[in-house]
Amino acid sequence: MIEVDNIHKSFGDNHVLKGISALFEQGKTNLIIGQSGSGKTVFLKCLLGLFVPEEGSICYSGTRYSELSTREKSDLRQEMGMVFQGSALFDSMTVEENVRFPLDMFTKQTTVEMKERVDFVLERVNLIDAHHKYPAEISGGMQKRVAIARAIVMKPKYLFCDEPNSGLDPKTAILIDNLIQEITQEYNITTVINTHDMNSVMEIGEKIIFLKNGLKEWEGTNKEIFKTDNQAVTDFVYSSELFKKVRQMYIEERN
Amino acid sequence: MKYIAAIGKYFIMIWEVFRKPTKWRIMKSLILKEIDELIFGSLGIIIFISFFIGGVVTIQTALNLTNPFIPKSLIGFAARQSVILEFAPTFTSIIMVGKVGSYITSSIGTMRVTEQIDALEVMGVNSLNYLVFPKIIALLFYPFAVAIAMYVGILGGWVAAVFGEYAPGGEFIKGLQIDFIPFHVIYAFIKTLVFAFVIATMPSYFGYYMRGGALEVGKASTTAFVWTSVVIIILNYILTQLMLG
Repeated sequence: MIEVDNIHKSFGDNHVLKGISALFEQGKTNLIIGQSGSGKTVFLKCLLGLFVPEEGSICYSGTRYSELSTREKSDLRQEMGMVFQGSALFDSMTVEENVRFPLDMFTKQTTVEMKERVDFVLERVNLIDAHHKYPAEISGGMQKRVAIARAIVMKPKYLFCDEPNSGLDPKTAILIDNLIQEITQEYNITTVINTHDMNSVMEIGEKIIFLKNGLKEWEGTNKEIFKTDNQAVTDFVYSSELFKKVRQMYIEERN
Repeated sequence: MKYIAAIGKYFIMIWEVFRKPTKWRIMKSLILKEIDELIFGSLGIIIFISFFIGGVVTIQTALNLTNPFIPKSLIGFAARQSVILEFAPTFTSIIMVGKVGSYITSSIGTMRVTEQIDALEVMGVNSLNYLVFPKIIALLFYPFAVAIAMYVGILGGWVAAVFGEYAPGGEFIKGLQIDFIPFHVIYAFIKTLVFAFVIATMPSYFGYYMRGGALEVGKASTTAFVWTSVVIIILNYILTQLMLG
């Protein structure tokens, strides 16, 4: 579980986060949504410890991040997995080496143990024949799956995903969304996903936080988001023609 | 003010490079990879340039020694002094800034752009130690490359002198041995070590702290080349004044 209390973050005169509080629950896919420039990425980077908020606190399973020593912060980071928007796989390493990297870095496992773990997670993300390929030799969807495998190889308590299905076709995007949700439930981890993809919201939005201009504008589930009267949320959700039709159908059905 | 801030940031980066070291088992393979990439990968161009620079220095010296009372051995002496004191350590370093420095800036810059550095940080890896430290250690072997440059440069001078008929081979070799001061070689290697540290760290700084996309990676490489060259030229002057002045 991650508890965020009133965090503020600025870059010079640009006050990006203006006091956000939120609770990200364990075993659930928690989504952060909002328009570009709403502060989603900065918020996620604060959760990851890449940015330090000027005010407020972030607690991981009751432990306040700002009170940890450098060593403890480093240990905590090993409990975090991150799937970056562009996958962020190491170009010079094969798929297998990419996934094995955190094990190599932080564990004392033998080569055989590491191989077993890498094979297991790659199989879990349905990648069996790509061990010796380089990131440039595989598709975007496969790269995302490698990134997920790398993120979960250390059995993290917290999984963060930044736009995990951007640049993917709708079918692959749904597969990735479902994979993240399955992994979240299977390993009972706290997953936070940064997205503005409404399909993801519908598919896996067990808890949704809507940001607008650096503030939390709305909070709810994927079922509630289509019923809310919050103008900012409805403007965002129904900005596409498809969802306008979905809403129309919903209203007609209700009447 | 901007430049002072950048200099401060550079020294903070250097401090960070030596903090929280990466596992030795992994670091060892990274160092070997960088030695291969940065040193062995540069030997070809170093040898090629040194040979011809040695030759050109010899020809120019010979063409300017028109007085028949000046012994031909002076051509060998001038070639040795020029190559050992300046051309091998400084000229080669500028070439290395262009080749190795651009590679360092663009590879680290690309890792920044594609969030690979963020990925390292999120995992709890000291990305500066992981990326920059192996390059610093690898470039400690740079004096060996410069020693080869010295040898090949003088060889180039001998070939130019003999085959261009500017001086007999024996006279040239006699000149190489006149007034040889071993400290000049030590001076050249000390300079080289300082330059090696600059070549490893300054381009890394420009790559690590760059912002933007592919275009900015190119711009960062160019900026790194310019500033690293400037720093090497200034350091060359300071070190020469300190050690030989």
